[in-house]
Amino acid sequence: MNAAAVLTQLFAVIVAVAAAPLFLGWVNVCRAWLQNRRAPPLAQPYRTIGKLLHKEAVLAHDVSPLFRFAPYAIFGSMATAAAIIPALGLDLPFARAADAIALVGLFATARVFAALAAMDTGTAFGTLGARREMMLGFLAEPALLMVFFTASLIAGSTELPVIAGTHQSHTLAVHPSLAFAAIAFLMVLLAENARIPVDNPSTHLELTMIHEAMVLEYSARHLALIEWAAALKLFNYACMGFALFLPWGVAVDLASPPVLAGALAVLAAKLLLAGAALALIETVNAKIRIFRAPEFLAFAFMLAVLGLLVRLLVQE
Amino acid sequence: MAEPAVLLNAALVVVAGWLAVGAAGLLRPHATALIARLLFPLGALGSIVLTAVGLAALSAPPATRILPIGLPDLPLHLRLDPLAAFFLFLLGSASTGISVFGAGYFRAGAGTSPGLLCLQYHVFLATMAMVLLADDAYAFMVAWESMALASYFLVTTQHRIGAIRGAGFLYLLLAHVGAIAILLCFGVLQGGSWQFTFDAMRGADLDATRATLAFALALLGFGAKAGLVPLHVWLPEAHPAAPSPVSALMSGVMLKTAAYGLLRVTLDLLPFPLWHWGAALLALGLFSALFGVIFAAVQTDMKRLLAYSSIENLGIVFAGSGLALLFHAERMPLPAALALAATLYHCLNHAMFKSLLFLATGSVLHATGERNLGRLGGLIRRMPWVAWTALVGTLAIAGLPPLNGFVSEWLLLQALLLTPEVPRPFMNMLVPLGASLLALTAALAAYVMVKFYGVIFLGQMREPALADAHDCGRLERLGLLWLALACVLLGLLPAPVLGLLDGVSAELLGASLVHPQASSVWKLVPLSAERASYSPLVFLLGIVALLGASALVATRVYRRRVRRAPPWDCGFPHQDARMQDTAEGFGQPIRHIFAPFFRMHRELPSPLDAVPQYRVTVEDRFWSLLYLPLARLVTRAARLVGGIQQGRIAVYLLYSFLTLLVLLVIVL
Amino acid sequence: MPTMPLSGQYIHLFASVVLLLSFAMLAQRRIRTLIDLFALQGAALVCSTTIVAWTGDQPHLYYSAALTLLLKVIVLPLILYRLIDRLQLRWDTETGLHIPATMLIGLVLVVFAFGLAQPVSRLAGHVTQSTLGIAIAVVMLAFLMMITRRKAVTQVIGFLAMENGLFFAATSTTYGMPMVVELGIALDVLVGVLILGIFFFQIREQFDSLDLHHLERLREE
Repeated sequence: MNAAAVLTQLFAVIVAVAAAPLFLGWVNVCRAWLQNRRAPPLAQPYRTIGKLLHKEAVLAHDVSPLFRFAPYAIFGSMATAAAIIPALGLDLPFARAADAIALVGLFATARVFAALAAMDTGTAFGTLGARREMMLGFLAEPALLMVFFTASLIAGSTELPVIAGTHQSHTLAVHPSLAFAAIAFLMVLLAENARIPVDNPSTHLELTMIHEAMVLEYSARHLALIEWAAALKLFNYACMGFALFLPWGVAVDLASPPVLAGALAVLAAKLLLAGAALALIETVNAKIRIFRAPEFLAFAFMLAVLGLLVRLLVQE
Repeated sequence: MAEPAVLLNAALVVVAGWLAVGAAGLLRPHATALIARLLFPLGALGSIVLTAVGLAALSAPPATRILPIGLPDLPLHLRLDPLAAFFLFLLGSASTGISVFGAGYFRAGAGTSPGLLCLQYHVFLATMAMVLLADDAYAFMVAWESMALASYFLVTTQHRIGAIRGAGFLYLLLAHVGAIAILLCFGVLQGGSWQFTFDAMRGADLDATRATLAFALALLGFGAKAGLVPLHVWLPEAHPAAPSPVSALMSGVMLKTAAYGLLRVTLDLLPFPLWHWGAALLALGLFSALFGVIFAAVQTDMKRLLAYSSIENLGIVFAGSGLALLFHAERMPLPAALALAATLYHCLNHAMFKSLLFLATGSVLHATGERNLGRLGGLIRRMPWVAWTALVGTLAIAGLPPLNGFVSEWLLLQALLLTPEVPRPFMNMLVPLGASLLALTAALAAYVMVKFYGVIFLGQMREPALADAHDCGRLERLGLLWLALACVLLGLLPAPVLGLLDGVSAELLGASLVHPQASSVWKLVPLSAERASYSPLVFLLGIVALLGASALVATRVYRRRVRRAPPWDCGFPHQDARMQDTAEGFGQPIRHIFAPFFRMHRELPSPLDAVPQYRVTVEDRFWSLLYLPLARLVTRAARLVGGIQQGRIAVYLLYSFLTLLVLLVIVL
Repeated sequence: MPTMPLSGQYIHLFASVVLLLSFAMLAQRRIRTLIDLFALQGAALVCSTTIVAWTGDQPHLYYSAALTLLLKVIVLPLILYRLIDRLQLRWDTETGLHIPATMLIGLVLVVFAFGLAQPVSRLAGHVTQSTLGIAIAVVMLAFLMMITRRKAVTQVIGFLAMENGLFFAATSTTYGMPMVVELGIALDVLVGVLILGIFFFQIREQFDSLDLHHLERLREE
């Protein structure tokens, strides 16, 4: 592991952390356009985070240190995930430290900390949010794992850079199993990022919310980190989707500046499209009842398993 | 490098030492201080020695010894090979923490006197070690039954409570059913040679039918001990009944002797592996795992919850050994070694985190007198030591990186990903379903553990009495810390641990996993670097660096005060601790989603009730579908047999006489 | 790794899409979406038939592709739409079994279907041999849908989806049936749907509902 590799790795993380709120802003702008509303500024998420960072933190009377630690743990997990996912280049030294299974584990760690922190407040809403989040999580997590397994059976590896690299080199090969995996992945993405068919990111209606109920007690810098981590999570999921299903344009080696610029441009283009598509999905769908959410995710899980089966049954 | 024979002798010395320590407890049965300060720490010392012996023997050649104890012509054959050494290591390392904790935990109270408890506890430890060392059926069965008896007495420590006597009886019953199956299994295994040493069994000539019969009996016998569904019913009854260190020992270590026995019979004693066995084991194990975790999610008693979680974990262990067997039968040595390593690793992990959590519940029980999750809460503020060490155990058992539970799940998933290469048409497509079940189980385990930890330690105290709860004492802290440290180390250093396990797979499968060039202390590479690698230390470093950076930015750059205020009440001013989610509430989604698994009774309040009451009880379907009909059948059969009971001695003598005659006719 | 020609891969892709749509239909509660999914399945079928025709050089398959397009993508969905508009049906909330359980059974059926197809497709030296398993699976899933649904309209859609599976089996394994047979089946299906449409009105006249459990009264006591 040489210095240049560490630098590119650091660069990748910084790009992800810096660009994540922008991506969220873009999704919000697209949503507003599609719904005939006046769009908020593209940089609104940055402003929100900046405003929150400047405020005085308010903590509930008897929360434990776990509650104060959780935002950092959540943010740290998401930033680490950004270091593992090959968004810009395949040759990331840190990506070798953890594979797709560890990545799923990392998301689970963030979720468990969020749920524990929510239970720590001891309010009805906190515990309700924690329960619902864990309920979605226990179905979304295996579905995501199955999606990764479908891809890793094709590549013969669970390392994300190797998977992306394999898919890149077979430009013309069509894998039917990936069609199943892609739909399952999309459903997991929507559920995990509290997007519309499952949760509404802009609601504060207590009875239906999931993610917002969990973070109700957070304020100021803690809330800023949680919001940032949520944006980063969406960004990470988008990049995971690219690595699995649209790996073209990810540089093999990031050493030279023109290659780096190319990779950045391709990533930006993909994110623009993905953001618009996400906004479209959120606009044409209605939020489902909370009791239907497990069914939605069970469907995603079954599709992912089916993808795995198709991979083995249909001689591709 | 110590001589193998010396290691075996050392292990025997530890066993003898434990027996002596136990006997010493009887000298002054009510001297609680003496027993706590002297005898339990001495027992822990024995455990440390045993840990070292196990560690050294893992890479040593097998040693055998014949002890002329017992019946004439039936000496005890003992053998210390890598498989036994691994489980001795597990026993030693887990029991060190448990004994140290026990030194601070046991105190005089109702029930068994401390001295007697000390004897039972150390006999339990010694017999578990003897089970692992036994090299003939006779020694194995003697040790196995003594282990069951010792643990039975420990379970019924509070024998004045009727429910606990009932739980103990159920445990004893299933332990004996299992033991009979194991005895019959050895009977089949000797294959007509009538030699009951394991050495003779290895050489016995068995056909496929007999071998399958032996396998089925072993599965029944060891499955009953491990709590494999549907033989699991004793576990959620016996574990909560026992004192917490005993629950820890039973769940953390004793259940592993069942895994040991199964591995010993299937991979060592049986002459050849068949793929059906592996498939059956895999299916049963996975079902057991899912069943256990679903039931754990709906429990309202903290120790029952952990007991069901043990069913889940042993299910994973059995599934792993099934996978190893399947690969072994298909002559795929590397995947088999990987699956075996995952199985053993999971055994070790479960011994650590489950013991830790059971001990933590013991501390909570002592501090509050409550086992019911509905009356706990907020204990992290009163019992920080217990709460923070339990947090390590919670995260580990939930399978989160970079702790140890994740490593074994990672290894097992990697092994499952190799199943498409199995050259058998249906197996290669059914096993991805197994991977999905395992993933679902692991995710549900996280749900269960969030419930467990959140309801006990976080939130507001549900009862005012909890404000008086005190943290545990020094020795108890030491025991908890030992186990928490083990969880962290096993999570961070998987490659050296896997290197240690190599001796076992070399012995049983003739295959070795370790690639010296690819793996290092830092990096775990089970097969090839292209396929998968995992470096928990680097991983942890990355998380800590990013977490630290964000904390630094958030607290130093934007330096602001922190104010305390009451939690936001959403405009409803009468918030109290009873409004938090209860254990029942947290289990509700699971009850809803997996409804067919449960037998539920619900009492819903009507809008007109002055004092509305809500009650839900969840029962195991196996009770009503399997055990109760069986019990009725046995009762009816007993009534029928009761008909020949005349009450006159002459008639009984006639029965004996007739039996003698019939036997003579048969024999002659 | 890919050793198969590109056309074969595309046939597999469309075969998988047909299977995917079968699952989507199994999980769908709304009748309108169900009809859309059915039309989409027809479209996937048209695509795969066209590719088979092109690669296998079977001109008659072009006709059957066109027929499928006309009948299953355009005419039948239109008829069904009109039907549900006239009957004012929007929802099909009652499923006999809850949906994840249905899907689980569906998964088992897929494995079973492939197990059935394995010996047969080993005999056929054809580029589309593994699509036979998918075809059988589609038929079975449609059957499952008919079993688990209670409303009459969904039964018809299930019936039509079953026919899709049969058609797919025919094109992918034996380059389709003779043209006459295909025309006959197409006509049968069309007439069948029309007659069933008339039945719906009769059923509703009689019971004020299209829920099939009302028919349970029609038995000999």
